Amino acid sequence: MRMPILLLSFFAATATAGEGQVFLKDRPGKNQVVAQCAMCHSLDYITAHATILDRAGWEKTVGKMINSMGAPIDDADKRVIINYLAQNYGK
Amino acid sequence: MVDRRDFIKKTASSLAALGGLALLQRSGLAAATRAEASTIVDALSGKEALIKQTSRPPNYETPTHYFDAPFTPNNQFFVRYHNAVIPEVKIGDWRLRIGGDAARTPLEFSLDQLRKDFEQVEIAALCLCSGNRRGLFEPPVPGLQWGFGAMGNALWRGVRLKDVLAGAGIDKSALEVSLAGADSGVLPTTPNFVKSLPLAKALDENTLIAFEMNGEPLPHWNGFPARLIIPGWTATYWIKHLTALNVLSKPFDGYWMKTAYRIPKDRFPSGQFSSQETETAMPITEILVNSLITNLADGQAMTNAKSIEIKGVAWDCGDGIARVEVSTDGGVNWHQAALKQDYGRFSWRQWRWVFEPKHPGQYRIMARATSHSGVSQPLEPIPNPSGYHHNAVQKITIHLA
Repeated sequence: MRMPILLLSFFAATATAGEGQVFLKDRPGKNQVVAQCAMCHSLDYITAHATILDRAGWEKTVGKMINSMGAPIDDADKRVIINYLAQNYGK
Repeated sequence: MVDRRDFIKKTASSLAALGGLALLQRSGLAAATRAEASTIVDALSGKEALIKQTSRPPNYETPTHYFDAPFTPNNQFFVRYHNAVIPEVKIGDWRLRIGGDAARTPLEFSLDQLRKDFEQVEIAALCLCSGNRRGLFEPPVPGLQWGFGAMGNALWRGVRLKDVLAGAGIDKSALEVSLAGADSGVLPTTPNFVKSLPLAKALDENTLIAFEMNGEPLPHWNGFPARLIIPGWTATYWIKHLTALNVLSKPFDGYWMKTAYRIPKDRFPSGQFSSQETETAMPITEILVNSLITNLADGQAMTNAKSIEIKGVAWDCGDGIARVEVSTDGGVNWHQAALKQDYGRFSWRQWRWVFEPKHPGQYRIMARATSHSGVSQPLEPIPNPSGYHHNAVQKITIHLA
């Protein structure tokens, strides 16, 4: 787990009770997705877009999270995350 | 007010209890689809069960049948946040700070001072998310897949923004007023949800800093202890947990103005926000004329129905609703509905029409509002990249046996 303890504490602080009911598919890349995306938001943002975003859409969304929303995701993780989302939650 | 540092201290110990990320790493269940996700019902503290779009930040919409009341009760009012750190503000600690390069005298107010120093006024106004009904666009548009319930009508009490700004000595160079609240992103690199208004809208007599909603203090999830009320404009400007106003001589260039909440200029009415317009795009501002049937559901079956009351609400940007028409034959014939009490031009207007079907069968029910400026709803929504301003005529089918 590469996430700094400080960020983990933010995550715990802002998690709400119903959030644990969202489960992502147990496939390669899931750990990176959970670690990076759930830092700032619940994973229902992902499942809600499963029928909406194709690979290009997920690339754009992940790019927005990095470039506009300040997510500290390196290029290697970015590729893993986009692949996971496109393969498991792509239109 | 809880600042970010206190927040870390207070919550670090809860990390162990929550089990950190393990909470979200369990697997085994299939993901909810677009349609299923919109019907997850869940309650936030102090709220009744609402339709959950997302947990964190919390985004919850109000089920349509709650809109039968003229004012949406506080515990049924929708919740919409962009960022997940939402401090529980303590009144004693709360301050509103006013500054900016076009304000000559920086000011600071406690809630008590705001209440005592300025005339208190009340206004009925619809709070409507820009993306309400985004989930109805075809093809689908990314973003929260709202149904009909990212809106609510309330009676807001507070003070006029123009009265509060007057003491700050607004300079001739003033162009916009930026608006910020106490909520923030989890990471310091995430932009805060900061918006701006053109000076004229900030100084409009109907623009309020409200601290009461339907006769009670604002609920935490709706902006306690003070939020902006921008009647006639979509809720993106109605900043919750308001903490800072800056009078600016240049267009505010934060992400939430420059990039987000923008619409193409070529297919919507003028936005009255020229300092934020480009050649092709402008910020979303005024609410479009719209209506909603509140007491019938698409696909509903009824037996022995001789007389069916069709009820709903209609609204616009503040020109006021001139008429609402109802069709029971898919738009061939239209009948004028009765408008109920008028609570002011920024409130929604309730309406009703009684349908007396001659025979059993399937009926295509539609409702269409027209404003006092003569503008009516389109049959299809106006396509735009972010799925805003869905105001197409609603079409529902009922089956009478």
